[in-house]
Amino acid sequence: MIELKQVTKTYDTGKGALKAVDGVDLSISSGEIFGIIGYSGAGKSTLIRLLNGLEKPTSGTVQINDQVITAIKGVELRKARQKVSMIFQHFNLLWSRTVKENIAFPLEIAGVPKNKRDARVMELVELVGLTGRENAYPSQLSGGQKQRVGIARALANDPEVLLCDEATSALDPETTDAILDLLVDINKRLGLTIVLITHEMHVIRKICHRVAVMEGGRVVELGDVLSVFQAPKEAITKRFVAQVTETEDSNETIKHLRELYPTGDLVKLVFVGDQTEQPILTKLIRTNPVEVNIVQGNISHTQRGAYGTLILQLKGTREEIANAIAFLNNENIQTEVMAND
Amino acid sequence: MIESLFPNVDWGKMWDATVETLYMTAMSTFFTFVIGLVLGIILFLTAPRQLWANKIVNWLTGAFVNIFRSIPFIILIILLIPFTKFLIGTIRGPNAALPALIIGAAPFYARMVLIALKEIDKGVIEAARSMGATTWTIIRKVLLPESKPALISGITVTAIALVGYTAMAGIIGAGGLGTLAFLDGFQRSREDVTLMATILILIIVFAIQFIGDLITIRSDKR
Repeated sequence: MIELKQVTKTYDTGKGALKAVDGVDLSISSGEIFGIIGYSGAGKSTLIRLLNGLEKPTSGTVQINDQVITAIKGVELRKARQKVSMIFQHFNLLWSRTVKENIAFPLEIAGVPKNKRDARVMELVELVGLTGRENAYPSQLSGGQKQRVGIARALANDPEVLLCDEATSALDPETTDAILDLLVDINKRLGLTIVLITHEMHVIRKICHRVAVMEGGRVVELGDVLSVFQAPKEAITKRFVAQVTETEDSNETIKHLRELYPTGDLVKLVFVGDQTEQPILTKLIRTNPVEVNIVQGNISHTQRGAYGTLILQLKGTREEIANAIAFLNNENIQTEVMAND
Repeated sequence: MIESLFPNVDWGKMWDATVETLYMTAMSTFFTFVIGLVLGIILFLTAPRQLWANKIVNWLTGAFVNIFRSIPFIILIILLIPFTKFLIGTIRGPNAALPALIIGAAPFYARMVLIALKEIDKGVIEAARSMGATTWTIIRKVLLPESKPALISGITVTAIALVGYTAMAGIIGAGGLGTLAFLDGFQRSREDVTLMATILILIIVFAIQFIGDLITIRSDKR
């Protein structure tokens, strides 16, 4: 539904040209939650603004459904924007308007008559869970509530696409999760396509189906969230994945674990998807005479399944341990011996 | 009591002069507000990277504002005599003071409007654009309401300056408390008349400040 073809955006910065977005090809399907992750300056803010024509590309085309966003302007572009709405890191609410009036703003722009506006606003207030706060001014709301107003405002004209510009970066972890849950809910209930940019892998892990990693204006890695978590290819992706998995397999940690568990083999197991729901350990113990001790574990849930690591201490003879590892590999679990006797 | 403190004050004349001063201030404040607002919005929107970015219009408006803001008011009145004569038909009386008052104060207010608009969060304008708003909608529903407290406190300061300008205009025969204080008070050495005119001007200034502050606070929901 969203097609980007060879999109490049160059800024003239006095000191020469700066390529903010460099030859990006992307294809996002309908109903998908698509994440774009990158550090600041990676070009993701520019990229997301190309999708609603707030920025014009230097070359390349952006197409949403059958409308080429890069080719339209004036009335046509303004009409298109009502179907591709946006929420922002700093909410960007009008402080001079109440919650109700802020949500009514896009309806006023779309020329919806007053009586229909009021009904729609109340519907949206309820949808985002702000019932009772509709007459408050933004200054009287918490960050999470402000973002809920932002979301309600973005949904007012029944958009097909919701663009999220670092929508949770200014919120605390708990509020972030609540807002992310709301986005997933909206995605499921309204079948809305969501494109979000962020620098937090947590956001990608929690709600995205697919992810694109951006660096220096280019998309350096792209794929299903689960497979990117399982096998990140680029160094930058590995760093982002480490943000949330944090199985610290640095030499320091291994040495520390070795001190705590001085005997046997320390083995790291990597689970992906379905395996996390299987009673692997039970099977392992029943079929192998090794002694099993759980040292450390960590499971992350993504929209496409779970991903986790588990560090075990295995005690037994060389052969018994080798058999146990062979058994795990047979069950499609990646293993890595971190330390042995 | 008052009669003995101000023996030379003709209360009828004093009242007429007060009404004239109020009339000049109100009329000039109104037109200054409208013209200053238009100039300020043009200055804001034609600046680089803004919605109507246009170097030539921005430069011309900026030059006009800067020139008329810099000419001392008393000189501006004299410079504008032919223009006033053409427009109003006379150079005496309250109406004749208006062109100079407005041309002197509107550029001053335009600068304040520009400062007020620059204070608006750019993200809010971007949000309105992302919803498909036209520039006209952005002016009416974003720029003006979001800068309202600053626009009101700006016009309060300008209106007070205009009270002072009307008094100056009084010296060349515009009427009002300035004329009264100068002709009846100063030139005839009747200090009590000058003092009474001053007191009335002070009351007008304080009243404007009070009303302005009240509206500013009421309109600020931040």
